[in-house]
Amino acid sequence: MDTPDTAPPQDVPTSPDLLADSPDGPRRGSRMSDARPAPGKRQAGKVRIGDRLFAGSSRGSGIVLLVVMAAIAVFLTIRSVNAISHDQGNFLTTFEWNTQEGAPLSFGIAVLAFGTIVSALVAMIIAVPVAIGVALFISHYAPRRMAQALGYVIDLLAAVPSIVYGLWGALFLVPHMLGVNAWLNQYFGWTYLFGQSQPGAQPRSLFSVGVLLAIMILPIITAVSREIFLQVPKMYEEAALALGATRWEVIRTSVLPFARSGIISASMLGLGRALGETMAVATVLSPSLLLSFHITDPGGSTIAQNIATQFGESQGVGRDALIASGLVLFIITLLVNGGARLIIARRKEYSGANA
Amino acid sequence: MAKRIDVSGLNAYYGSFRAVEDISMTVEPRSVTAFIGPSGCGKSTFLRTLNRMHEVVPGARVEGKVMLDNEDLYGNGIDPVAVRRTIGMVFQRPNPFPTMSIKENVAAGLKLNGVRNKKLVDEAVERSLKGANLWNEVKDRLDRPGAGLSGGQQQRLCIARAIAVEPQVLLMDEPCSALDPISTLAIEDLIGELKEQFTIVIVTHNMQQAARVSDRTAFFNLSAVGQPGRLIEIDATEKIFSNPSVQATEDYISGRFG
Repeated sequence: MDTPDTAPPQDVPTSPDLLADSPDGPRRGSRMSDARPAPGKRQAGKVRIGDRLFAGSSRGSGIVLLVVMAAIAVFLTIRSVNAISHDQGNFLTTFEWNTQEGAPLSFGIAVLAFGTIVSALVAMIIAVPVAIGVALFISHYAPRRMAQALGYVIDLLAAVPSIVYGLWGALFLVPHMLGVNAWLNQYFGWTYLFGQSQPGAQPRSLFSVGVLLAIMILPIITAVSREIFLQVPKMYEEAALALGATRWEVIRTSVLPFARSGIISASMLGLGRALGETMAVATVLSPSLLLSFHITDPGGSTIAQNIATQFGESQGVGRDALIASGLVLFIITLLVNGGARLIIARRKEYSGANA
Repeated sequence: MAKRIDVSGLNAYYGSFRAVEDISMTVEPRSVTAFIGPSGCGKSTFLRTLNRMHEVVPGARVEGKVMLDNEDLYGNGIDPVAVRRTIGMVFQRPNPFPTMSIKENVAAGLKLNGVRNKKLVDEAVERSLKGANLWNEVKDRLDRPGAGLSGGQQQRLCIARAIAVEPQVLLMDEPCSALDPISTLAIEDLIGELKEQFTIVIVTHNMQQAARVSDRTAFFNLSAVGQPGRLIEIDATEKIFSNPSVQATEDYISGRFG
């Protein structure tokens, strides 16, 4: 999605004596203010081999990246179009996924997309506030030694393989969610979301998946936010302190606003993982192609989990159908990231980047 | 509004290092007191002990007494947050909140004090910006980011932010050292006007500036690097710059230092 930024050729300085300048800003200015007559395009004897190597290799990496992206997009699109043209149902509205050999092909993305978005949303709602809290505690409240230890633990959580999370989720979290679900049903059943149509059923539900995903994305959001919080310049915190701000008020007036775009980026990294998580979801969920807003009921399905469970049983066009669902996941991720970038760009001049 | 500061036997530490040793002085209300002295002599550290900003650095602590009229700022049960609301501070580098507009910057202190009334806030913003000689330059763009102003304007914005909460004392830590001469002149004129209302303490490396803006001048020095800074003398500014009572002061002022 970075294609406009990384498109390299015209941006790479060709005249070696300009390479020392920062790439975007002062190039033209420095040339204008030069007292000497304007230098020729290439000054003899000043071409450094290292400069050329670096310019060439960075340009090369940019091009390779673009080619790979384009190849993936073309592959996904061709196979998807093929699958959708063989679909007996409607790709957007059919609530089933029959891609096994022999049976008539009939599949739709709606339930999968719903399950993906709901579980990721639950994960974000739980994980983002907790992650920001933990990151703030590490960066601004905890004594230095404790902060370091906590930081290590958080980083360690990020290193646990997702299948381990999945096993833990299925064997520990799911049984323990029974009580939570009953409680939610009793006091928040009226919201419909937490109402249960079959109380007492094993909660292999989208909600349990969301809770598990929240734990999985917590470390990445925490780690990135913590770095951002530590980068807030001291002078802004002192400005708030000198006005008579308490520690929380310092955080509210100078740390959080300064870190805002960083928090959004961190959350997007977490969301990306939540949307694409496969093994942990497949281990916990008992998949069914039901679209229900009772999120604590067992059932539901996500795109990535569906691909993992169906892939072995599908052949030919059936596999193409799974690829089509992958393309939808790709598009959802793109849209979410684009939205986040818009939010960041909207208040760019207040971002602190130009201070 | 302005109050007198009485300091007695003040020591300031960073961990086990004593940065400032045994300082006693009086800062008169409604006047400008300038602190001068070589780098590292503890004048900024001392300034930051006056509104309890010193102790926000990890490991830093203070011994001694700072009386604001009849109240010991380091007494038991005194809330440092409350002290900082009474004693405002302007820093060396202009530091308006980058995520706030000009108006929000000036109103930041009021908001912290719980002033919610929109009319009161608007009045205070206008009064403070006028007080900081910035109103005419920014009145048409109060909703623009404060970080978009020039350095001198940003510093006056910080002064407006500090005086918006009507402090008793205004501390300035080298407020002009990052500014060009014209912006410096604007700030110096402003200091002359502000002393009608506030007790002002200013740290400066620029001796002409001390001579121009202050009524009293304190000279700080340190005997060697790694030794704590000390107050050498404090007196009327004309006396310090014409006929100081200590030889070291005269050496420093006439540039025959060290």
